[in-house]
Amino acid sequence: MPEQPVITDEMRSIIGVESEPISEVVERGAIRRFAEAIEDTNPLYVDEVYARKTRYGGIIAPPTFLCSIGHLRKSGRSGGDLFDFKRPYPNGRNAGTEWEFFEPVRLGDTITMTASIVDFYEKQGREKPLLFTVSELTFRNQLGQMVAKLRSIGVSFPD
Amino acid sequence: MGKALYFEDIVDGMEVPTLRKQTTAVQLVRYAGAEEDFFEFHINEPYARKLGMPRQIDQGFLKNAFLAQLMTDWIGIEGRLKKLACQYRRPSYPDQPSLCKGKVTRKYEQDGQFLVDCDVWIEDGEGKVHTSGTATVALPSREALIRRIEEGAPD
Repeated sequence: MPEQPVITDEMRSIIGVESEPISEVVERGAIRRFAEAIEDTNPLYVDEVYARKTRYGGIIAPPTFLCSIGHLRKSGRSGGDLFDFKRPYPNGRNAGTEWEFFEPVRLGDTITMTASIVDFYEKQGREKPLLFTVSELTFRNQLGQMVAKLRSIGVSFPD
Repeated sequence: MGKALYFEDIVDGMEVPTLRKQTTAVQLVRYAGAEEDFFEFHINEPYARKLGMPRQIDQGFLKNAFLAQLMTDWIGIEGRLKKLACQYRRPSYPDQPSLCKGKVTRKYEQDGQFLVDCDVWIEDGEGKVHTSGTATVALPSREALIRRIEEGAPD
């Protein structure tokens, strides 16, 4: 039997296709829990009185807080999958992330994320073949402003 | 928070003050909850061992958050983090020191902004780098501030 290509036509066909948008309201408790989990004690993320006196005029979220927006739904683990295709390999890791930040994420914002896969490529690892998946996520706020872009590189491999 | 950092304070090769972190198994669970990322090899030690890992591994996005904090602690409230890119070169584990470091590679003015590029990375306790990348920040400029005051000052 001829060997199946790792990058299938089905995978190629979804490159560049924009996902359904996912919107989420940025809640005070979510910001606090995120800041506590990363052990960043900057009062800007939790102290309203302090934050009001800064140029932000109120509480904002830590920069990478955005990675939590719609995470469950984008990871394909539960509650659906933004990218619907048959995964060639069962194991995945985060290989890299590239952020561009444009506007702060403020408490109470409604953030809308859309994502698309922009590339698949293969590399031979030391022990196993590797498949890299590059996706681009954009985050906008309720004013339509581009808040941030994230280019995310995932690597997957066989057992 | 520390003193404000100005563009004029920056010199090439300048080091970003090291941010010391050391994750714990509990922190990985808390982070999993905060990000809603429940990949089990971060939070379930027996599962991680079954995959052949020595134990559960730190989340990439947690290390990403550390590098973001490295920069925001340094630049203070008046600075802005514009870009942050990093690669997770090898796994890191709870109960090991993570020393987050950075170094200025370039300062320049672009479109009226005062920008500083840095290399950033995280070392384990033995000085081995497990995460590395680059960051760009925008800083306030003392000279630009003075210029603006002089130009706008009523005579």
